[in-house]
Amino acid sequence: MAGDRRDGRIVIVGASLAGLRAAEALREEGFTGSLTVVGDEPYPPYDRPPLSKQVLLGHVAADTTGLPMRRDPDADWRLGVRATGLDPVDKRVVLAEGESLPYDRLLVATGTRARPWPNPREAALDGVFTLRTRDDAAGLAERLAAGPQRVLVIGGGFTGSEIASACRERGLEVTVTERGPAPLVGALGGTLSKLAAAMHRNNGVDLRCGVTVTALRGDGNGRLTGADLSDGSRVEADVCVAALGAVRNVEWLAEAGLAAGPRGLACDAGCRAFDMYGIVTDDVFVAGDVSRFPHPLFEYQLLSLEHWGNAVAQAEVAAHNMVSAGPLRRPHLALPTFWSTQFGLNIKAVGVPTLSDHVVIAQGSLEERRVVMVYGYRGRVTAAVTVDMAKSLPYYQHLIETAAPFPPVPGAADRPIAAEIPVPSDVPDPKGLSHGPTVALTGHLPDRRLTVVQPTS
Amino acid sequence: MAAETLLERITDYANRSDPYPLYAELREAGRVVRQEDGSYLVGTYHEISALLHDPRFSADPRNLTAPPEGAPKPPFLRLDDPEHHRLRTLAMRPFGPPHSPGRIDAMRGEITEVTDELLDGLRDRAQIDVVDDFAYPLPVTVICRLLGVPREDEPLFREWSNAIVASADVRPEDKDSIEQDRAGDQARIEMGQYLVNLAEQRRGHPTGDMLSAFVNEPDPAMLLTREELAETAVLLLIAGHETTVNLIANGVLTLLRRPDQLDRLRREPDLLPRAVEELLRYEPPVHMRERIPLADVEIAGTSIAKGTSTVLALASGNRDPKRFHEPDRFDPTRPDNEHLGFGSGIHLCYGAPLARVEAQAALGALIPHLGTAYLLQDPPPYRYAAMLRGPRHLPIEMQQPWPC
Amino acid sequence: MRIVVDLTRCQGYAQCVFLAPEVFQLHGEEGLLYSSAVPDDQLERVRQAAAACPVQAILLGEEVSARGR
Repeated sequence: MAGDRRDGRIVIVGASLAGLRAAEALREEGFTGSLTVVGDEPYPPYDRPPLSKQVLLGHVAADTTGLPMRRDPDADWRLGVRATGLDPVDKRVVLAEGESLPYDRLLVATGTRARPWPNPREAALDGVFTLRTRDDAAGLAERLAAGPQRVLVIGGGFTGSEIASACRERGLEVTVTERGPAPLVGALGGTLSKLAAAMHRNNGVDLRCGVTVTALRGDGNGRLTGADLSDGSRVEADVCVAALGAVRNVEWLAEAGLAAGPRGLACDAGCRAFDMYGIVTDDVFVAGDVSRFPHPLFEYQLLSLEHWGNAVAQAEVAAHNMVSAGPLRRPHLALPTFWSTQFGLNIKAVGVPTLSDHVVIAQGSLEERRVVMVYGYRGRVTAAVTVDMAKSLPYYQHLIETAAPFPPVPGAADRPIAAEIPVPSDVPDPKGLSHGPTVALTGHLPDRRLTVVQPTS
Repeated sequence: MAAETLLERITDYANRSDPYPLYAELREAGRVVRQEDGSYLVGTYHEISALLHDPRFSADPRNLTAPPEGAPKPPFLRLDDPEHHRLRTLAMRPFGPPHSPGRIDAMRGEITEVTDELLDGLRDRAQIDVVDDFAYPLPVTVICRLLGVPREDEPLFREWSNAIVASADVRPEDKDSIEQDRAGDQARIEMGQYLVNLAEQRRGHPTGDMLSAFVNEPDPAMLLTREELAETAVLLLIAGHETTVNLIANGVLTLLRRPDQLDRLRREPDLLPRAVEELLRYEPPVHMRERIPLADVEIAGTSIAKGTSTVLALASGNRDPKRFHEPDRFDPTRPDNEHLGFGSGIHLCYGAPLARVEAQAALGALIPHLGTAYLLQDPPPYRYAAMLRGPRHLPIEMQQPWPC
Repeated sequence: MRIVVDLTRCQGYAQCVFLAPEVFQLHGEEGLLYSSAVPDDQLERVRQAAAACPVQAILLGEEVSARGR
């Protein structure tokens, strides 16, 4: 009965953007039962995008980015408590201190964490950071404010580029290393990555592409002194940020029998998690960066992404479906949308740029640093990226949503002659990069582990 | 008599006081509606919004199949990117972010002072004309100070402005319109000359206003040419005083027609910013914009040929029930109010922040005095223009003496 | 009070920067930076900015109280 779904016990694991918005939406949808939100960080939900921008620039303190509530979700906030396991049969979430929380319906919104520097001893050197949490940002901002000699950023993805940009704006020397041919190439492909590389260099970043960091070096007191690079050179640096992408927080689900793997927890279009056999559950839901969900515009492949807007949209759909009977449920169809601001440029993306074979410059020009790049795959538009032309984005979003032919029809007033000539999109295999795309297609199989499941005796 | 087209009826002065039933008819007729003269009218929210973001639709009248003869290069309002972007960016330098982010915010005190002075002058009056006594003098004084134009020259530029607004109005072509175009072009030349002369007097002697900033820009790459300065200054002076007057007058008119909402705003002044946004939706100062496709374009199943005039009825989009719940209700608490009152896309009203600050100051100051006021004429007489729509006069009776 | 701006929706109209320049800033021509924590003396300006946003991307509200219940 529909009425029953508005009552009972709901547990949300993950107290960040998706967890908060889901909690609010549950109340908005009329849920009157008990609501518990578990978060491993000791802080109430806060906004992460400012951490690599305003906070590193020194405009605001890391502890001031708390998220506003749309409404008070009247929840029991269990903050600073890690969920360590899930018993889907007994319907309990196991917490680190041994307590377990019974639920009728569960929302998994555990997000991601920063991929650490792989050598733990080097990662422990004083001066080595990752950037994902409020504490990470507070520590790094403090170190930047103290005026280090040089900052080494490992990885030229969006986070690494934003960190480098903030450092240069503060007048700090920066070296960026990227294993691939250019920054952002894994997310935006060849053409825009050349603009990104130019922006790094024009702003005084010491950009080293095609190299990896082979070792971080410390002094006798455990303080970072620099790094060795694969080309035999050495960078002297007293601060290093490993910006190597994100790891899905799924380890706590290892024994739960769900379709959880390195790309996230797979779910259906209604945010219901799949179990390890690809059977959809009806009491475990997923939202935000930890989810892997099918999208009709991209061949129903499962999308894995790290986008602010997706966390909001998917949390709302998940919440609605958690309290709605089958026929009243809604699909999560939002188009992936992403932004980054770096070196004074505003970069926005819609769709999946990595699902492309060709691109065209549809409006503006790279020289003017105002450009709309449209991505096509097998003759249809799959993505668009704007640089300082965000007002154009809705038009291209519509083209993606309607699977419009690629290249887009001519007629724009500021369409360059080059718009007639699609060029290869040049998206390299992410295996050869220090960074990855923020949105990736991960195939049709809900659970790749199906092939390694062993029967237990 | 031949059946009149919707555009003819919408622009007919007889329908000026309430064009909204015609807009409803327009939305009923389809999403893109062909007029007898071959032009198109668009009155639904989603289509208007899409067209305002569509790079294939030009704002430049020179892209019409039959462009106005001998028309000079228009100001940035009616240019396309990249030229529009270049000129708007230059015009923005002394006005707003990123170069002058605090300019409008810093004018709040001055705007409140002008408002209070105007209200002071009305203290002992039983009857006032909201337009002549308040809604018109406020934005005129403000734009004069901001640009650096002597306030006492108002009678002079009012004439020019009237001619330019009449020539830029949306209306079916006829012999009068050709005469109006000629008068408008002449007024643009004279007004531009007048403003360039004012600016020239400040070369080397900046007086803190925008005209001074334009001629004393130190970066040669950021300088407007003489022609660009003339066109830009004419645009800013006209837009700065022909539109906000409508917003303020429409606001008083709407609130006097809705005493419950007036009462609510008196009790909850925090609602005022949202009330101004709702006014921009419900009774916008600018009712229509024209766009011209640069290629043959298909919109909502209708093919529009390159160079065809396409009129977007913004005020109709604002009342589209497919976008706004109960669109004909004035509701200052309306959620999700993405109105088209200032347009959308790259041409979103340049002066929108100034208009907002002025309207909030004006209505905020006036609302406490309107408790017992009533309209002496409803509907009031309207100005002629269909595109920039608002009352010519708004006589009201103030029953109660001014509280101190 | 806290704010968050949905920068997925933001198209860089900068109306918030005009109306509350101490809270919102442009970074370059179009990128938006802002202070999430709103000082009391900026609250009225931020309300105006939130109302004026052409894409309604600014959310103003209370933070979740730190200790929960």
